[in-house]
Amino acid sequence: MSFKIERVPAPVWMRPLFIVLAVFITFLLVSTLVLAAGASPITAFYELLIDPLTRTGARADILMLATPILFTGIAVAIAFVAGYYNVGAEGQLYAGAILAAWVGVQAEGMQPYVAIPLMLAAGFLAGMVWALVPALLKAYLSVDEVVTTLLLNSVMLFFVSALLNGPWRDPVSNWPQSPTIATSAQFPVIIPRSRVHFGAIMAVIIALATWWMLSRTRFGLELRAIGKNKDAAKFLGIPVKRRLIAAALISGGIAGLAGVSEVGGIHYYLIGTLSPGFGYTGIIVATLGALTIPGVFISALFLSLINRGSISASRELDVPVYLSDVIQAVLLLVTLATLLLTQYRIRRER
Amino acid sequence: MPVIELRGITKRFGSLVANDHVDFDVETGEIHALLGENGAGKSTLMKILYGLYQPDGGEILINGSPVHLKSPADAIANGIGFVSQHFSLVPTFTVSENVLLGHEGGFLIDKAAMKQRVTAMADSLGMNLDPDAVVGKLAVGQQQRVEILKALYRKCRVLIMDEPTAVLTPQDTEKLFETLRHLQAQGMSVIIITHKLNEVLAVSQRVTVLRLGKVVGRTATADTTQTGLAEMMVGRKTVTVVRNSEHKVGDLAKLDVRDLHMTDKRGGLLLRGLSLSARGGEIVGIAGVAGNGQSELVSVLTGMAVPQSGSVLVNVQPMPFGQPKALAKLKIARIPEDRLRGIIGDLSVADNLMLEQSDQFTSFGHLKNRQIRENAEKLIRDFQIKASPNDPARTLSGGNIQKIILARSLAQDPEVIIASQPTRGLDVGATEYVHQKLIEQKQRGAAVLLISEDLDEILVLSDRILVIYEGRIAGEFAAENADIQAIGALMTGANLSPEAGLAGA
Amino acid sequence: MESLILLIGATLRIATPILFGALGETVIERAGILNLGIEGTLLLSSFIGFVTAQAADSLWIGLAAAILTGIILNLLMGFLVVTLGLNQHVCGLGITLFATGFALFAFRLIYGGVSTPPALDESFQPLNAFTGTAFAPLFSQHWLTYVSLLFVPLLSWLLFRTSFGLRLRSVGEAPDAADTAGINVYRMRYTALIIGGALMGLGGAFLSLAQLGAFTHGIINGRGWVAIAIVIFGNWKPWRVLAGALLFSGVQALQLRLQAEGVPLPYELLLALPYLLTIVAIAIVGRNASYPAALLKPYRREG
Repeated sequence: MSFKIERVPAPVWMRPLFIVLAVFITFLLVSTLVLAAGASPITAFYELLIDPLTRTGARADILMLATPILFTGIAVAIAFVAGYYNVGAEGQLYAGAILAAWVGVQAEGMQPYVAIPLMLAAGFLAGMVWALVPALLKAYLSVDEVVTTLLLNSVMLFFVSALLNGPWRDPVSNWPQSPTIATSAQFPVIIPRSRVHFGAIMAVIIALATWWMLSRTRFGLELRAIGKNKDAAKFLGIPVKRRLIAAALISGGIAGLAGVSEVGGIHYYLIGTLSPGFGYTGIIVATLGALTIPGVFISALFLSLINRGSISASRELDVPVYLSDVIQAVLLLVTLATLLLTQYRIRRER
Repeated sequence: MPVIELRGITKRFGSLVANDHVDFDVETGEIHALLGENGAGKSTLMKILYGLYQPDGGEILINGSPVHLKSPADAIANGIGFVSQHFSLVPTFTVSENVLLGHEGGFLIDKAAMKQRVTAMADSLGMNLDPDAVVGKLAVGQQQRVEILKALYRKCRVLIMDEPTAVLTPQDTEKLFETLRHLQAQGMSVIIITHKLNEVLAVSQRVTVLRLGKVVGRTATADTTQTGLAEMMVGRKTVTVVRNSEHKVGDLAKLDVRDLHMTDKRGGLLLRGLSLSARGGEIVGIAGVAGNGQSELVSVLTGMAVPQSGSVLVNVQPMPFGQPKALAKLKIARIPEDRLRGIIGDLSVADNLMLEQSDQFTSFGHLKNRQIRENAEKLIRDFQIKASPNDPARTLSGGNIQKIILARSLAQDPEVIIASQPTRGLDVGATEYVHQKLIEQKQRGAAVLLISEDLDEILVLSDRILVIYEGRIAGEFAAENADIQAIGALMTGANLSPEAGLAGA
Repeated sequence: MESLILLIGATLRIATPILFGALGETVIERAGILNLGIEGTLLLSSFIGFVTAQAADSLWIGLAAAILTGIILNLLMGFLVVTLGLNQHVCGLGITLFATGFALFAFRLIYGGVSTPPALDESFQPLNAFTGTAFAPLFSQHWLTYVSLLFVPLLSWLLFRTSFGLRLRSVGEAPDAADTAGINVYRMRYTALIIGGALMGLGGAFLSLAQLGAFTHGIINGRGWVAIAIVIFGNWKPWRVLAGALLFSGVQALQLRLQAEGVPLPYELLLALPYLLTIVAIAIVGRNASYPAALLKPYRREG
């Protein structure tokens, strides 16, 4: 009798079990860091995973924290589905934020229903513009988009810093932050006594629209076809280059919306630390969500739970708040490895 | 004592038993043919002998002592060499680098000595090879010689050759056989895997026949005949497709290719004024050695490449280049060279059956899911595809994947069919099915252009045979008086006068 | 003349960590693996090198720890993409995110929320040669800079003149052919990752143990991504990679010079200049870049 590993996909209903397994392994691995920080893993994980759910304020915070990474997660997922590795969501987010802040400042005297759509449109446009060059270089010169989008992230950070230390330095406080946007451009809060704002509704709308686009339209089918087999897609008459550029631009635009949402709903001005890496977290969100919109939705909420939890854990237990960054990265790698198991089945044979 | 002995070898892939208790042996200094149809388990058996697969049962003896071959390295160390159908060469390396790879004989590479050795070896076998040539740019026949040199350099005593003549001209085949006899004279053993009976008779001393993973015959070649071997191999009377001439060939060229020129990135000529035409109701076969412009011709005709000059008319309408989408409107059906480039394995069967004609299944960009499903159900029924609409296409067998491609393009009642290597790697049943469909289409009145490396396939199916050589048509034969020697000569460029390029037009 | 010498001296200094990283990445990519973990690997080895040097009070032990860190992270990469055959893009980014998060976590744990970056009491000092002559600024380099330059001919020789290099390249071009030739594809890829990881470790260590003698969160600041671009620019050849690294660093040194001279441009825009030029450079070579044919493709033997 021997054991044999076969390449047989596990039934779909088992997938969630593997995710649970991945979460379990991740926390086992991260326990060592918690111990190193002098805290009990059990307490730490209670603070991380359970405690935020028990309090109303913290629950609202999760929704607030999930908003930007839902945007970037969707942005990354659209691009990755088409096999276009846009890892520039971070830069595109800032592009959106810059233009949204500019529009927001100009919006003085406008009605909110004019000002807010205008900001959203501006942010979307700016994200698209920042995504355009890598997309064109990829489509027409076969330049690797990973490298160009990463480099443009660095360029964008310099650009933001130049803006904030130069023309946009706040004239009143002299801090490196932009002037505050008009009141009418500030997103309304949708849950009283919380910081959950209109951006969350926008994110859900974008998620639904994207889900419809990817699963129900020819455009979506063509993107999936390109992502799976570019040569065959071309053979089947799909205009691969144009579709790739479109996917890259939509991806950039949605990443730009994340920037709009942070400016319009949280800060009301542009600052250099607007995003603590939401663009990169979007890659984790999209991958954990298996590049599906419902998956992206769930993983954005789950990562936000950990983010919120790490704040209380750091307060209560003095564990550095960066614990959540480590958990997210480890979770990403462990999940990828665990999902591999769903492709195999161990069979016993005589 | 046999130099190689396999006893009771069994190998399973999932539920498929590829080798079922196979016994096989090779004597020193013999050429031994391993005969069987596609899928009979020949390649699997040899990959086990070469350490690429691990058997699920049985044992391997070399010079009488049992060995455990965990990897090709073990096999090489035991004096076994393997020339696979798909060459194991590094395309960007030179001939001598490829020969040396893995057996450099020291940390430092002495380029001069290396070249000298490779040249000497090639010369001793009468091969003409430049040791500095980049392998990816060599013709197929030459690449095969590099493979043989590689094996020899590794001090191989038993050389396994997997379908070595599949891509060769008759003349190159004869040259290869001479090389093999030369090796045999030096005391080496050769195992030649084939499904071509005439080759078995021409070159081997003994033959072992496999069918469905089992040994069904083992005999000295001198004691058998072509008919005897065929019966052993197929297990029933061979079926040959009968060319049906009870239909009329149209007068009009449905496909008219005129003076195509195409160069590669570096300015090398790929197509040099290629012209041909095909009328409704005929199958026009393109015979030629791989790499003479077939792939480029197919790329142009399937909308994947744009030639520098020339034109293609389909029913007297000009065909736009490089626009696969436009071809569907001109009713051109396409069967791609590599069928995995014709389908998207991770999408469902239903999606694959509609993507080429996606306009019919979309309204304002929205997918009409009901029509997509009905279309899939209908085509699955009509073309006997063993799958359900929602299965990912990659889970299907090669034959069923090919049926998807046939179904979606033939269901459009095409005027012109471009069929490139339509049966490559398919089993007998699927091959027959594809041939039958092509004949049906021609009887329907479509013009069929058949491009195949399998000369037998061309001979069996075509009404007219065109020979392609160095990017143009070198000659034309009517099926009735096709002379295989003459075709072979044209395939290698012999007897080619400068004007002959237009002979087929 | 004097300012030119200063400029070249600065170029070499700036080029060192990028050259180490790009050479490491070259070796790894030649074996068929794109390691986007380089950014995080540079950061974490820089940090671990720094912390260890401080704790052990020895720069050499710190250097060894940095190299070890580079190797370990690359072995992790190997486990994910060579052994498990996972997506190289995502795993590389995952390693960068992990290494970055871990470095920040450990930094906070060890140093708390300090406002000034911690510094070493003593760091590797530049060697001074030709002091008193005009060439002194050119040759007052850290010994690690000379080491990085030495690796250029060394790796060029290793890759193109030895059987080891032939095998390594074959694994990145045609792993199935390499396998049939009896080369263990997995072992070869791991070997490449170890060599590359050690070089990345050296690159990280150079910043914290030599050039700055201190550690800050932004110490790498996209150098890893630049290194990856330079590998493409350099067409996976050590000498051309050196050219790319010098080109980038030359522009960087020039912009520093312009900043110092008070050019009326925001200095951040000057900082962005080398990155933009890098994009232009790979766009120019883009079409002719001869990527190792098996890059990004996990190797699985059938059956």
